[in-house]
Amino acid sequence: MTTYVGEAVDRVDGTAKTTGGARFSAEYPYPDLAHAALVHATVARGRITRLDTTAAEAVPGVIAVLTHRNAPPLKPAPRVTPLNLATLASGTSVNYLNTDEVHWNGQPVAVVVAESPEAAQEAAHLVEVAYAHLPATVDFAAAEPDAKPQKSNLIMSGGAVKGDPEAALAAAPVALDLRYTTPPHHHNAIEPHATTAHWADGRLTLHDGAQNIYWTRDHLAMRFGIPKDDIRVLSPFVGGAFGGKTMVWPGTILAAMAAKATGRPVRLMLTREGVYRTVGGRTPSTQRVAVGADESGRMTALIHTSVTLTGRVGGGPEQVTSQTRHLYDAAAIRVQQNLVELDVLSNTVMRAPGESIGTFALEATVDELAYRLGVDPIELRARNEPARNPMDGKAFAHRKLRECFEQGAKEFGWAGRNPEPRSTRDGRWLVGTGVAAAYHPSWQFPANVTVRLSADGTALVRCGFHEMGMGGATAQAQIAADALGLPVEAVTVEYGDTRLPTGPGAGGSAQTASVAAALVAACEKLTRLARALARRTPGAAGASYPEILRLAGRDSIEARVGSDTRLGTAVGQLRFAGKLMSDRRRWVKAACGAQFCEVRVDADTGEVRVTRWLGVFDVGRVINAKTAASQLRGGIVMGIGMALAEETLVDPRTGRIMNASLSEYHVPVHADVPAIEIRYLDDPDPTMPLGLIGVGEVSITGVAGAIANAVFHATGRRIRDLPITLDKLL
Amino acid sequence: MADVHLRINGVDRRLEVEPRVSLLDALRERLGLTGTKKGCDQGACGACTVLADGERVLSCLALAVQYEGREITTIEGVADPIQRAFVRHDGFQCGYCTSGQICSALGMLAEHAAGAPSAVTEGLAAAEIELTEAEIRERMSGNLCRCGAYNGIVAAIQETQETRVAERDVPTLVEGRR
Amino acid sequence: MKDFAYLSAPDVPTALQAIARPGARFLGGGTNLVDLMRQNIERPDTVIDITRLPLDRVEELPGGGLRVGALVRNSHLAAHRAVRERYPMLAQAILAGASGQLRNMATVGGNLLQRTRCAYFTDLSAGCNKRQPGSGCDAVGGFNRNAAVLGASASCVATHPSDMCVALAALDAVVELESVRGVRRVPLTGFHRLPGDTPQVETEIAADELITAVELPALPVAAASRYRKIRDRASYAFALVSVAAAMHARDGVITDIRLALGGVATRPWRAHQAERELLGAPATEESFRRAAEAELAAAVPQSQNGFKIELAQRAITATLRQLLTEGGAA
Repeated sequence: MTTYVGEAVDRVDGTAKTTGGARFSAEYPYPDLAHAALVHATVARGRITRLDTTAAEAVPGVIAVLTHRNAPPLKPAPRVTPLNLATLASGTSVNYLNTDEVHWNGQPVAVVVAESPEAAQEAAHLVEVAYAHLPATVDFAAAEPDAKPQKSNLIMSGGAVKGDPEAALAAAPVALDLRYTTPPHHHNAIEPHATTAHWADGRLTLHDGAQNIYWTRDHLAMRFGIPKDDIRVLSPFVGGAFGGKTMVWPGTILAAMAAKATGRPVRLMLTREGVYRTVGGRTPSTQRVAVGADESGRMTALIHTSVTLTGRVGGGPEQVTSQTRHLYDAAAIRVQQNLVELDVLSNTVMRAPGESIGTFALEATVDELAYRLGVDPIELRARNEPARNPMDGKAFAHRKLRECFEQGAKEFGWAGRNPEPRSTRDGRWLVGTGVAAAYHPSWQFPANVTVRLSADGTALVRCGFHEMGMGGATAQAQIAADALGLPVEAVTVEYGDTRLPTGPGAGGSAQTASVAAALVAACEKLTRLARALARRTPGAAGASYPEILRLAGRDSIEARVGSDTRLGTAVGQLRFAGKLMSDRRRWVKAACGAQFCEVRVDADTGEVRVTRWLGVFDVGRVINAKTAASQLRGGIVMGIGMALAEETLVDPRTGRIMNASLSEYHVPVHADVPAIEIRYLDDPDPTMPLGLIGVGEVSITGVAGAIANAVFHATGRRIRDLPITLDKLL
Repeated sequence: MADVHLRINGVDRRLEVEPRVSLLDALRERLGLTGTKKGCDQGACGACTVLADGERVLSCLALAVQYEGREITTIEGVADPIQRAFVRHDGFQCGYCTSGQICSALGMLAEHAAGAPSAVTEGLAAAEIELTEAEIRERMSGNLCRCGAYNGIVAAIQETQETRVAERDVPTLVEGRR
Repeated sequence: MKDFAYLSAPDVPTALQAIARPGARFLGGGTNLVDLMRQNIERPDTVIDITRLPLDRVEELPGGGLRVGALVRNSHLAAHRAVRERYPMLAQAILAGASGQLRNMATVGGNLLQRTRCAYFTDLSAGCNKRQPGSGCDAVGGFNRNAAVLGASASCVATHPSDMCVALAALDAVVELESVRGVRRVPLTGFHRLPGDTPQVETEIAADELITAVELPALPVAAASRYRKIRDRASYAFALVSVAAAMHARDGVITDIRLALGGVATRPWRAHQAERELLGAPATEESFRRAAEAELAAAVPQSQNGFKIELAQRAITATLRQLLTEGGAA
């Protein structure tokens, strides 16, 4: 029964979001609310030698100035252990305001609490801090040659090799060996990170725009040394996140600390600059992609290595070479990710960490190979499309990449393309088209769900998942409505609250699938219960589920999947780990797609405009045609930004971000974005719940590659350093 | 402290604020009107867009005291078909820039109706300017949407404009006022 | 933001009296000053709100010029019929700047006093001679892709950010200044100073003066004019290079020319050198290119902004070409 699944249902929170009714973390009123502001370090590494808070404390309305001298003690950040995934949530390892050490340029060194946000900000400006500088390594470009190979871990391997790719490369009739660079990026969710914290009777209530409320809760429990059940994190609306609200960053912890120290409810909304200074972004990268092929275009060697950074105080490797392990059937393959550690803020996950920048280098190289061989780039990809996973021969759970390219080529009108660079001109514009493959692994995490069906014909789904714009509640309402035979309006979905059954974090494009798996199971339980009830209830045969309840004199029935007890959680995690392992042994699971674009480049000035886009994706079954298309479009828009404009400027002398604002960090505006056509094959992945594969990240992959390829077609220039700004095309 | 009178969404409001308090913070922190959003607090994102006497402005760069006696419309005071159009065309995802997008769109449509040109208008001297997709995109470029819902926003604005032209409607800003 | 005394001036004399207070600043639309105050780059003790002064009209001058009140909003000036018909480059320049919301707030006078977007100017932890004389210039040797190639000095390489002023520079606009001492008029091209070794002094305006109007002289050649802005995204970004150009050619020879550049210089840059080359020259691609090269001959690049020299030359050439072929210059 699929009345709603697959349909373009309007968002359940549409009215709230278009009337100003949706309440975000900084918008919860508390009587006696105080406001906090951060003071950021201005050196990359050092010790605080002088700290004068006199002027700050004299500002009318200031309640407290917290520094390492007077701040309440905080337990250190936990060591990462696979037994407790919440230990992954530390933004950094720094024990904020419990140390006089500075580990990155921008680290919070004081928090001001005041009666008004204006007083707090003014006092923060007046806190005087002097530092003894310590030697710091902050220049990625300078440190990059000394990178060390990344060690493999449970979820990511740092490198892999098949055959002898260097020898195969040397022997190849056609070979390319290219170097690419990508700069750091920031998420720039339009909602700055904000926390409203309130302690009562030793218990903490936290409104915090978070992508993983349980990690946030558990992390704070560890830092403040209280049971996690004494913390409630609420996050029903998150004003964009893209990975930037996954970890627990200093603002969240310091808001809770400030509330504890002052005994007042405290709100801390980071300034836009504060977001850049205290929330990590995407690592910069350098990448080498080398490919060898025979004259027919069959790849004989494929090498992809990368260097990315982590902060000395945290962050992690990026799986830059991930897609290169799966996309092309080269005879010999080597991938290796390398790392440097710098005295900068931890890097963190940002939409398709790894594949977003990895597909740029790989797909630009494949295009270049196609030109070298004189083969159409789509045809070249088809000739190297693997039947099984190239590294190890594992089966693909689902792989319709070739179909994506075929459908895309037809709809985009690829067949008539003149491959000659600089061959098409329209007035002052040089016109070019480009393609690239998109690839993102698919994941599924544990989720606990309850579903209650009431005799009045309504249903309530409860699960602590997250809504940052993906439309999760709408999708789950559609799934429940179909499973229970109800109108979608009759289903209410509660989410974004740690009091709810434990939901998955919003990450890895996995949330919808993860919740759906549990929800489908819960609905099956519930309908079994209802049918059993019907068998015991006279006249209930053939009745709808709500009618069965009414006839049986029951107000409601409820079913639950998963348990939030300590044991239940452990069992859930074990089951998850077991399924993950067995899935990984059997299959390579991923979403993929084909990106097609047209760009126009001003012949005089090198200005690049994206003028057409078509993305065809293999994302399994789509639950909501409207929101899925929107999310896929959104990834492409972010990819356009990455390709053409986005770059966080870190001063190599000081480690300081010099464009910490939305006016100097250029995210795409309306005028940068053309009409984006989205297609998906809507072919269910039999190994995924309801056949669905996540749509959150795959569509940013391949975008920069497609644009770089189109820019080459338009101009004859290969730009291998992002962003493709006009100065590189003069 | 300054004594400020504002007419907000058709209601007279009086508040005591320091002169440094922005219109945005006055709305959000003093009046509980949190529908207007703070995205950058420096005029770079458009999330805080409100209408002052029908003109779109950024409330983060406006001192509340400067707007003494002015008529302010926030998202809470908007009751316009454009809101349904945003839902229908999925002109948002997270919803955080949406209030600003909607207020900006209403102000923009009024500007266009009054004959104002934009940076992409060819033939500045022309009496009437067609509100093409390119015109909408340029005129809305002060409103960032990081979720990338731009296509849906443009579609919602186009539909609103077409309906208005068909009905020769005048902009409705405040509920009950036409 | 520092707390400050606020005063809304009902008329010009009151405003001019009030500015004598120590640490007083005039506040117009607030789009630059409020931002800088929030970043603690500006910390006035008294803010004199001038937005209620009766300086918000565009008036006809005898002979076909316009007198634009200092408080006319950017958007209103750009939409003004006479501006669109007589000085299209000015309307285009204004519309190329900022966003619809900001143009509704920003005033003409305020636009003249816009401060640089140099990253080191707005970061209090950085050395910046403009913000703090004697503290050095961290843009040299730092991020200077946006910096000036013309008019810079050893102490400052920051660009002037305005689009509108570039058009005003080309149009021979005159700035009217008033103080308790009287009224004086300064040509726009002399209003903004080169940084020299006092980059903190950005304009000719005295501490007690108020911009009351900008006058646009009658300039028939401006009816065929254009503003071209080149930037890192399609809209809502500051210029890397911009060109304001007006040209008239008869029988293939340039008989009148006005040219100014934005994004490349420490002040709105009137391209006198190029104008001299072009006047009387054949209206050809070669002349345009030669004049552009002459104008940029004195350019000095920093480590990251050398591209602006080539880009400015191409932009000048392309804009003049466009004026010739589409803009009615011939």
